[in-house]
Order: sequence, then C-alpha cells, then structure tokens
Amino acid sequence: MRIPLLRIVPDDTKFDFMRFRRISYPVSAVLSIIAMLLFFMQGLNYGVDFIGGTLMEVQSKTGPADLAKMRATVNALNLGDVQLQQFGNATDVLIRIPQQPGGEGAQQAAVGKVRGALGDSVDYRRVEVVGPRVSTELLAYGTIGLMLAIVGILIYLWFRFEWQFALGAMIANVHDLVLTIGFMSLTQIDFDLTSIAALLTILGYSLNDTVVIYDRIREILRRYKKMPIVDILNVSINSTLSRSIITHVTVTLALLALFFFGGHAIHSFTATMLFGVVLVGTYTSIFIAAPLLIYFGVGYGRQDSGEGGRVKFEAESFGPKVGAAKR
Amino acid sequence: MLYISRWKTTAILAVTLLVCLFAVPNLFPDSVVKSWPQWAQRHIVLGLDLQGGSHILLEVDSNAVRKEKIEALRDDVRRVVREKKLGSPAAATIRGNSVEFRIREGVDIKVALQSFQELSQPLGGILAATGQRTVDVVDAGNGLFRMTVTEPALVERIRQSVDQSIQIVERRVNELGTVEPVIARQGVDRVLVQVPGLQDPSRLKELLGKTAKLTFRMVDLSVPVDQALQGKVPPESEILYGSAAENKQPYLIEKRVVVSGEDLTDAQPGFDQRTSEPIVTFRFNTNGARRFAQATQENVGRPFAIILDNEVISAPVIREPILGGSGQISGNFTVQQANDLAILLRAGALPAPLTIIEERTVGPGLGQDSIEKGTRAAWIGSILVIVFMFATYGLFGLFANVAVAINVAMIFGILSALNATLTLPGIAGIVLTVGIAVDSNVLIYERIREEVRAGRSAINAIDAGFQRALATIMDSNITTFIAAAVLFYIGTGPVRGFAVTFGIGIITTVFTAFTLTRLMVATWVRWWRPQTVPI
Repeated sequence: MRIPLLRIVPDDTKFDFMRFRRISYPVSAVLSIIAMLLFFMQGLNYGVDFIGGTLMEVQSKTGPADLAKMRATVNALNLGDVQLQQFGNATDVLIRIPQQPGGEGAQQAAVGKVRGALGDSVDYRRVEVVGPRVSTELLAYGTIGLMLAIVGILIYLWFRFEWQFALGAMIANVHDLVLTIGFMSLTQIDFDLTSIAALLTILGYSLNDTVVIYDRIREILRRYKKMPIVDILNVSINSTLSRSIITHVTVTLALLALFFFGGHAIHSFTATMLFGVVLVGTYTSIFIAAPLLIYFGVGYGRQDSGEGGRVKFEAESFGPKVGAAKR
Repeated sequence: MLYISRWKTTAILAVTLLVCLFAVPNLFPDSVVKSWPQWAQRHIVLGLDLQGGSHILLEVDSNAVRKEKIEALRDDVRRVVREKKLGSPAAATIRGNSVEFRIREGVDIKVALQSFQELSQPLGGILAATGQRTVDVVDAGNGLFRMTVTEPALVERIRQSVDQSIQIVERRVNELGTVEPVIARQGVDRVLVQVPGLQDPSRLKELLGKTAKLTFRMVDLSVPVDQALQGKVPPESEILYGSAAENKQPYLIEKRVVVSGEDLTDAQPGFDQRTSEPIVTFRFNTNGARRFAQATQENVGRPFAIILDNEVISAPVIREPILGGSGQISGNFTVQQANDLAILLRAGALPAPLTIIEERTVGPGLGQDSIEKGTRAAWIGSILVIVFMFATYGLFGLFANVAVAINVAMIFGILSALNATLTLPGIAGIVLTVGIAVDSNVLIYERIREEVRAGRSAINAIDAGFQRALATIMDSNITTFIAAAVLFYIGTGPVRGFAVTFGIGIITTVFTAFTLTRLMVATWVRWWRPQTVPI
C-alpha cells in the first residue's frame, strides 16, 4: 500500500500571475506609502540599543509582581519617564529607564538607585545599560549595515545576471524592508539590534526567493527565444511555485516553533521574521520582483539577429553541463 | 551527476565525518573533556545570554588623558624656563589645548625656540615612520610661544593607557575568581570585559570604576580648615574630603606626595588586633619604605592622610616613626570593602579613569530558561520540518532529513572547531538553517518532478534535476550569505552569534546539497535502478 505524497501545488498550474501586477502594484504602492507614513508619523519603538538608557528584567521572588507598588517605588526615584510592564509571566516585569542626563556615568547611577530601591525582593534577570555614545554608534552601524548588505547583494546580482535583474531585486528588497518597517511601527514591536538581524535575514531570504525565480526566468528566456516576456515570466513563476510554497511552509514551521516555544527573548525577532519572510517575501518575489522585469525591458531584442546573445548566461560558466543539457 | 567516483565518495564521507567529530566534545561534561588531549578539547562556548554573566564595555577617559598630557607639558615648559632662565616659570599657563609662555625681554627668540623644541620628540612605536613629533612649538610673535601636544601623540598616549588598563583590569577581575573572563581591547580607547556566571555585577563594576590612585601625604596644619574653606588655601596645598564613612569631612592636604601606591609591594585585608575592625595591611618597597620612614621620623605628632582617588580614607596622627616599611589602613571598612581595597592596591592604579559605557548582564536564571526554551523550540521546529518533508517527498524526504540532520551536526562541529560562541539568536539561526537547508532539497526534487513531467526517464530526470537545481542553490545561497556576512561584521554579542550560525549553516547547506544528498540519491539509483521517480 502506498501512502500518497502531499502535493500542495497541482502539477502544471497555469496561473496568470502577470495580470495581477495591475492590482499588486497599486496595492504595494499604497502599502509602502502607509508604511512610510507610519514610520515618519509614529516612528519605531526604539529599544535601549539605539536610544540609550536602561532595560531591566526583574522577577518577583514572592508570587505575582505588584506592578503598582513597584511603579510607585521606582517613580519616587525621579528618573524621568520610567516604564514598567508585565513581561511574559505574572512574576516578570520589564523596567525601562530613559537615558539620564549627565553622560555615561549617570546611567550606571540610575541602575544603582533602582537596585537599591527594589532591593532583594526581586531577582535581576537581565540588565542592559547602553550609554549615549554606544547607542549612537549602534544605530549608525545598523543603518550602514543594511545599506551595505543591499549594495553587496546588488553587485553580486549584477555580476551574475543582467542589470535589470539586479535593479528589480533591489526594488523588491527595498519594498520588503519598507513594509516590514511599517509593520514594526504599526505593532510598536521593540526595535533593537535583533531587529536589524531580522531585517537582514528577511533581506537574505526574500532575495533567495527572488533569485530562484530569476534563475528560472533566465533559463526560459534562453530556451524560448520567441516567447513574449509576459508568458516567460508566467511560466517561470508557475514552474517554481511548488518549490516556493513548500520552502515557505518549512521556514514557517521553523519560525512558528521559535515564536511559540523560543521564549520572549526572541519573540519580537521571530514575529518580525514571520511577517517579513512569510507574508511579504513570497508576495514580493512573485508579484513585484518578476513583473518589474517587463518594465526594465529584459530580453528586448532577443529576436533581432545578432542580438540574441545579449542576455548573459553565466550559468554556463558555473557548470558546463548546465548549458549542454539543453534540448 | 549521478556517477560519483569512489575516491570522491570517500572524500565526501571523510570530510563529513571529520567535521561532525569536532562536535563530539560538546556531548560530554567539561570535567571529562578536560582529560582529553588539547586538540580534542575545542568546544562550543555558551554566550553570556545563555550561561548568564556580564558584558561591560569601558572607555578610557580621553579627556583625563588629554588633561594629564597638557599638564605634563606645562610642567616641562616650566622646567625649561627655569633651567634656561627664560622668565618666570609660573607664567607658563594652559590655554585650551596649548601651553602659552611669553619670554622675558632680552632673551634671544632663537635660543628660546630651540629650548622649547627640545621638548618635542619623534613619535615612537608604529607611528615612528610618519616622522611626526610629540609637541608642536609655534612662535606666535612678540616673544609669545605656543606649545601644543600633537593629536597623534595623544592618540598614542590613549593607546598606551588602554594597554596598561587592560593589564590592571585583568588583575582586578582575576581576583574575583570567576571562570574564563574575557578582557580585550576594542577600538582605540575601549576595553571589553566579559565575565560569565556572575550573579551580581555591582562588585565587579565597583572594582572597575575605581582608578585606585593611592597617595600618602601630610595634612597641612598651617591654616585651620575652616579658614581654608573660605578661600585661604595655601598654594602648595588643596582641600580634599573624607569618604562617606568619614562624613565627608574636609581636610587641608599638602600637594606633595610622600609615598604613592606605586611603591606598594603587597596589600592584604585583615583585622585590627585591638579593635577587630577590618583593615588593609600593606608593605612598601625599599624606596617607599625609606621615604615613609623619613617622613614619619620628621613629623611625629602631626597627622598624615591616606588618599584614594582624591578621597581621604583616613588621617591618623603619627605616634612614632614607622621604620619597618609596612603599615595598615583603617577607615571604618566593611570586610568586603577592605577586601576590595586590597585587590585594588595589589592590582595597581589605572593610568586614567575608566567609564562604563555599556553593560549587559544576564542572570543565571534567565540564561537557563533561554537554553531550555531555545532547545525545545529547536526540537519542535526540526520535527515539524522532518515530518512535513517526509509527507511531501516520502523516501526522498527521508534523504533530505538525513542530510539536514548531518547538516546540523556539521554546524555544531564547525562551531566547536572555531571555539565559537552560541547565543540564543544563534540557536534561532540553527533552526532557520533547518528551514533553509531543506530548501536546497526542495529545489532539487521539484526540478526532478518537472523533468519527469517533461517526459524524461527516471534516471535522466534525476540527473537533470540535480544539474539545474545546483546552480540555483549556489546563487540563492550566496545572496543570503552576503546578508549574514554583513550581520557578522556589524553585530556584537548575541546578534553576531546569530550571524555565525546562520552563515555557517549556509555553507554546510551548500556542501550537503552538492555532496551528501547527491551521494544518497546516486547510491539509491545504482542499487535500485528505478523506472519511476517516487516523488
């Protein structure tokens, strides 16, 4: 007896994805604008990594934490706008102390005061103090890092494909990042160093996906020299659709496990990734990255004599058999 | 694609096995691994977020270094002025970053210029080749000279301060008796201290935050303190205050240092025999002992002060000359304070104050929680993926699962070989790798399905599927790897831990896709000679 294997996408799907660009482009444009508005109006919920200050995670040693009492105790210290919030369990409280005026030493003094006021009634599970200088640097490094990654990937794609592909991938990339940042602003998820890690991973994943589709487009472009570009894109997306979905299921399964069982230390990290990789990344590769190639004129002039070789096929240099196996 | 020569097969298996073997020490407790030969001891280090501990970034107070350097220059200028009789030494004053001095009328400007230029030395060390000097001397006209410490000289001095600070910080931290602390330079003017397994970092911070400059000086009795406080401070003295234990009492102290902390050879905590109060006993070296003996002989009946970081710890009256070269400091200490003071005195004074600019401390409780949660999430994630792959691809799914399992073992092997640090985001990176590693198999298998649909025979389809999918796998993984590399470069601590496992995961993924998966499928094809592809 054979158990039939799971088949998520039926064989030989022929879905006209390209038609959807008339919907997906306006939708993406509107969403991107909303995301940017959110970013500029509401901003991100920057953690201590980027604005400095102190984050303390404390656990009450005697049953559920009395938040009101703790708040009164800490507020009496005059440390500015101190925020206390329940974190995970009823016993756990997160205390955020804003950057103290008076330079680097003042931050440590504030922690000392809070420790003194709360005393031994709580267990200090985590204390993060970031001074003004370090937070400025971290923000700068984070931003530079994101730019660097985008440029690095762009150069690589330019080198491996044609410039249209690199440009398309980059626009898709920026689209992903903008939407994810909008999501972070909307949900007011903590934006800290792990968020930069999440953004970079989203970047990598989304590109991974885009590259798989682009690879196929390049292959089919070469194989069917007379096929209209829209059809080429549709065939490419349909033939890689099964892979796209199966891979996303596996990544989603891994992320869901992390989200539900990985503890709250990586909660915002995995939430961001779930949004960026699962929701946005797939959509972008299919509905944004691929159709962009139509506008950039990929494969123009393929029918022109002598121009047929314009589309580069570095895949051949990768392994001679790839080219040889053509029928 | 499906034919793999015997020696290649052997090579693939050997490499895989070797890399996996590196992970073995992690399966045994530390005590067991310690008895193994050195080369076999490499293992994964748990990050501070997993084992608990403190990460403290200190910065050398460069303003203090600058100030000290300029004051030294002023003193040098005054010495030259005195020796060469260029005017009144006290007229040399600090203005901004420079020392200014106007020469006495009648002094030859050329002689003065040359005398001042002798203060400037060529820079040593790695900057020697640049031909830069330590001091800029400018003749500002009208007999006015302006001497400035050059920027490279300052930077060099800051570098030296950091080097000395690292040694002293090391000595202080080692006194705490913690396991494997890390003390390293970071950038030009920073020192990173990582101490695992520390319950409460306040003592560590206390120890790091003190400059620990100890001096023995005479108390100035020529003017009563009350009058001095009203502004009548003699030029050779200054007002210093007692510690909190001494109610911040003001003292008028001579600026001249009798003996300083540099002349101590040892300091130990102890108890006063009469009062049983905690004290610190110390011993001077010969030079210090001689000077201390002389000073106490000359000043019997007068008080002297023991000063730590400009704070008067105690000011006892000299009852009799102290000739033995040893003594004790008492100052209403607690046992802990006496202990710490002894540590500080033994370790020596920092060349410049250190400021804590970043602190991240994780308690052992949270670390343990994170390990448990991370491990559980990793298992659940892996099992979900494995089940899904098997349901989708059957036998080939099994191949993929074996490849992924070996992949993860290899990640651990490489992490061990590199003595890398595993953090909670690092565990997340491994879980994500499981997700992305099966992608390479999915790419291959989907391609094979397509080739079958295109009408190829089973073996042909498998062969073509591998050929075409591998190019795609390479391309897609390199882009992800670029992101991981950037993350490694910009990240610190836990985030860097993520970049490490994620980056290594990509490499092992490409390796297993190109070798192991192929090997498994090729062997299967050779043994079964399949007519149809079971996917």
